[in-house]
Amino acid sequence: MLTNDNWLLSVGVFLPLVGVLALLFVPKADEELQKAIAMIAAVATLVIGVITLTKFDYDQAEKLQFHVDQSWISVIHSRYIIGLDGMSLPLYFLSMIITVLVMIYTWNHVPHPGNPKAFLSLMLILQTGMAGTFVAQDLILFFVFFEVVLLPMYFMIGVWGGENRQYASLKFFLYTMFGSALMLVAFLALYFKTGGQDASNGFEIVRLIAEGSKIPKTTSVWIFAGMFVGFAVKVPMFPFHTWLPDAHTQAPTQGSVILAAILLKLGTYGFVRIAIPILPQAAKEWAPWIGLLAVIGIIYGALGCLAQTDMKRLIAFSSVAHMGFVMLGISTLTPLGVNAAMFGMVAHGLITGMLFFVAGSVKDRYHTLEIARLSGMLKQVPKLGWILGMCAMASLGLPGLAGFWGEFPAILSAYQPAPGLPVETFRTFMVVAAIGTVLAAGYLLWLFQRTAFGEPTAEFAGLGADGDTAHGDHGHGAHAAHDAHGAVAVAEVTETEHGHDSHERIEDVTPYEWAAWLPLLLGIIVLGVYPQLLFKVMDPAVKVALSAFGN
Amino acid sequence: MLSSLLAQAAPWSSPTVDYHALAPELVLAGVVCAVLLLDLFLDESRKWLLGSVAGFGLLLTFLPILTLAVDDGQARSMFGGGYVVDDFSLVVKALFVLAGYVVILLSQQYVDDGDYHRGEYYFLLLSSVLGMVMMASSRDLVAMFVALEFLSIPAYMLAAWRKRDVQSNEAGVKYFLLGVFASAVMLYGMSLLYGEAGTTDLVGIGGYLTANGTSAASVLAIVFVIVGFAFKVSAVPFHSWAPDTYQGAPTPVTAFLSVASKAAGFVALLVLLYVAFPAGKDVWQPFIAVLAAVTMTVGNVVALRQTNIVRMLAYSSISQGGFILMPLAVAGEAKVGEDALTSVVTYMLVYAAMNLGAFAVVIAVARKTRSGEISSYGGLFSYAPALGVLMTVFMASLAGIPPLGGWIAKFTAFKAVLGADTGWGYTLALIGAINSVIAVGYYLNVLREIWMKPVPDGDRTPIRTPSSLGAALGICAAGTILMGVLPGVILRFGDLSSLTGNLVP
Repeated sequence: MLTNDNWLLSVGVFLPLVGVLALLFVPKADEELQKAIAMIAAVATLVIGVITLTKFDYDQAEKLQFHVDQSWISVIHSRYIIGLDGMSLPLYFLSMIITVLVMIYTWNHVPHPGNPKAFLSLMLILQTGMAGTFVAQDLILFFVFFEVVLLPMYFMIGVWGGENRQYASLKFFLYTMFGSALMLVAFLALYFKTGGQDASNGFEIVRLIAEGSKIPKTTSVWIFAGMFVGFAVKVPMFPFHTWLPDAHTQAPTQGSVILAAILLKLGTYGFVRIAIPILPQAAKEWAPWIGLLAVIGIIYGALGCLAQTDMKRLIAFSSVAHMGFVMLGISTLTPLGVNAAMFGMVAHGLITGMLFFVAGSVKDRYHTLEIARLSGMLKQVPKLGWILGMCAMASLGLPGLAGFWGEFPAILSAYQPAPGLPVETFRTFMVVAAIGTVLAAGYLLWLFQRTAFGEPTAEFAGLGADGDTAHGDHGHGAHAAHDAHGAVAVAEVTETEHGHDSHERIEDVTPYEWAAWLPLLLGIIVLGVYPQLLFKVMDPAVKVALSAFGN
Repeated sequence: MLSSLLAQAAPWSSPTVDYHALAPELVLAGVVCAVLLLDLFLDESRKWLLGSVAGFGLLLTFLPILTLAVDDGQARSMFGGGYVVDDFSLVVKALFVLAGYVVILLSQQYVDDGDYHRGEYYFLLLSSVLGMVMMASSRDLVAMFVALEFLSIPAYMLAAWRKRDVQSNEAGVKYFLLGVFASAVMLYGMSLLYGEAGTTDLVGIGGYLTANGTSAASVLAIVFVIVGFAFKVSAVPFHSWAPDTYQGAPTPVTAFLSVASKAAGFVALLVLLYVAFPAGKDVWQPFIAVLAAVTMTVGNVVALRQTNIVRMLAYSSISQGGFILMPLAVAGEAKVGEDALTSVVTYMLVYAAMNLGAFAVVIAVARKTRSGEISSYGGLFSYAPALGVLMTVFMASLAGIPPLGGWIAKFTAFKAVLGADTGWGYTLALIGAINSVIAVGYYLNVLREIWMKPVPDGDRTPIRTPSSLGAALGICAAGTILMGVLPGVILRFGDLSSLTGNLVP
């Protein structure tokens, strides 16, 4: 194979689990040690990720590198096949960065009801599932990793979430479970229809890509439908999106960040890596419908945003809109569109992840995310306010920031979809999507204007970082809401959550927050100024994945 | 008179006995007697030894199974083909012995605390395991029936072990009456088979049915025999005993019934379907398909409404039984016959580990809460994190979530029915898929209590888990995780040729 460092991927995927094992033996009371161990595991994983980056041969980004092919479940012809190409590398690495940053943020933001040991263990398990999904080259292996993220996220939302956490976590779980049941059936159908029983590597993606186009068209359309539901729930596409606003709103900040930055990408990645290359004929049949659902998602998400009164819920709906752009890019089946989609996945990961961080910090300071109660952040917490401003700009697709390179080429690609796709339809989609960007500018700027401009509202006036310490009873309303959410008694309430009383000053961005956020902010700017950094890695692999469409 | 009898008997020569092949049974029989005798001579204060002896005896039984397994791999046939030790029987014997061992680990503290008759308890438990071990090798209607009664009768008594408890009495009586009724139905079917084929040998019956086709009488016989075992595996509509028996019986016995006893029923079904009835597949395939579909659906839907954890596990066990039956509904198709066999064996192994584990947690938690309500699990994770995590593993595995054992069991079952490429197969797969999503509902319900609900009475004293229970939990958790991550270790079992190939006359 291309390199001799094939161990890198396996270590990168499973190292977090070693951290989990180590965490098991730490006494529950020693929270500092728990955080340290989890941090070491995450950073060590990131180091492996950096080594992978340096060893990756960028001149052959279209090939699977660090390829490992070991026997795993020989009876069902499934093998432990992993590899990395230009499409998976950015997402693989992003998952590692996000986990480290979230760990840093967790250092003094352990959400109620505490218990960092369990919280950090779940985060590390999540990391294994996410990284594994991006490197798996065998459908069964992919499925297993895809499902590994399910339970940790369920618990993260269900235990550490907001008031409505049980409903939200159950909804998340059932939607995803339903999708993956259909996905598994589709995988099995692929296996049988391509004669997997007679091949020792029946579920290998490379083999299925070679064999998949031989499946009769009507059958392949049905198989694609199964995979479509599985991945579309995860993305989430309209009309399968309803779990997302609930999950995001209720999840703790860390959960929201991971969910937005990585988990949603498992779905879009599945389309690009599995569904489309293996079943090109069916993809062509489905493309106009995927495009239609994508633009509905764009407009619906934007309108949903305009109607929200809660900042976190607004960001969640904006995710629906942004993933609509990603799916629109994918549905064109052109290299430009899919490149844009891949870029959009990374950009959305950085930007929306960052927005959820900001939302979490706002909630920490004001104990509310109700837009109507927030105002004048630029006066009270100027740095936080400007960070929110920058992310809003990036999210609405301002050129020079990362969001632009996901959105603009996706819209552009709809002008000329792959040969054989209805051009007029896609041009209509293009126009509608363009209207979506206007709406995006509308809701994001409006959000920024309402929360950041003006004077702080009366209840928070005088508590700001500008030095004026006022004493008053204004904070009580917020505190009551906080207490309602603390109904469950599990472990001790942590320092940050606890020590808030009405006299507390509202601080600007803390060093821990800077440490967690700076890499994301830098990434948004660097990718915005020099998008080629990502495009040149992804493009060769994208071209290979789309080779069946003759463009 | 006597001399004429002797003269008649003279030509009789004792059958050749392969003592190596019979070693597991012989060792186990020895242990059974040893426990019974020790009970007579031991002081009351030292009767706790009996549990250890019984457990040690089962491990000892495991040794010859291992030596037979690493031996040449040839099937050893005895008593005119009525008793066969092949790879298939060795795998399930190992399953019964290990499951029995875990049940003894579960029982030790329970029996000591409850001041039950310890000697008799272990004696009956081991006898029942011996019956199961014999069932694995029986290839003759008579041998099969003897093994079945041997494993069932001690179980009837064990179910009623808490004799001052009304529920336990109800459990025993219900189990006994319905079990005997099932035996009678099955015996009637067997007698019809014998009348038709003129032999009790399963291979002979298989040969007869293949040569002569199925008559009305043999169809009736096949259905009756399957119905008899359907009681044993508590398939709907023959399940009515299971929830009450499971709830009333001592919890370790419930674990035993829901895992080992059920597996014995499936083993007998497998042998009958593959060896004796392959010619009757048009009769039993649709019958089992309907049984499987109804069993998983009814079990699931009723389980959703349970508030008692043991009752919930009882219905869950019924529903899981439906999933184990599912691949048998296509077992007669040549191209998936082996897949179906592998799937059933895999499912039994995985199911044993995860279900015994779930019962181990139930026993551990009940030691503190003295309650069987699911709501008593509230906040378990906060005061007993290890038990909370273990229960999470077992519930998630039962729900079939990768990378825990349950997923590979379900996966192989789906693969078998889809691979058959028949209308029945697709229909069953669809029903199974819907059911596996429904099942998530009640397993998650338990997890929600454990992780997200407050402690019901505010009592957060940690749970002290006795070391025997801890060992059982460790074995089950390791098995559940290992089989999920590296399914290759168990998927090798269930080689069709080892079950039928050696038996073709």
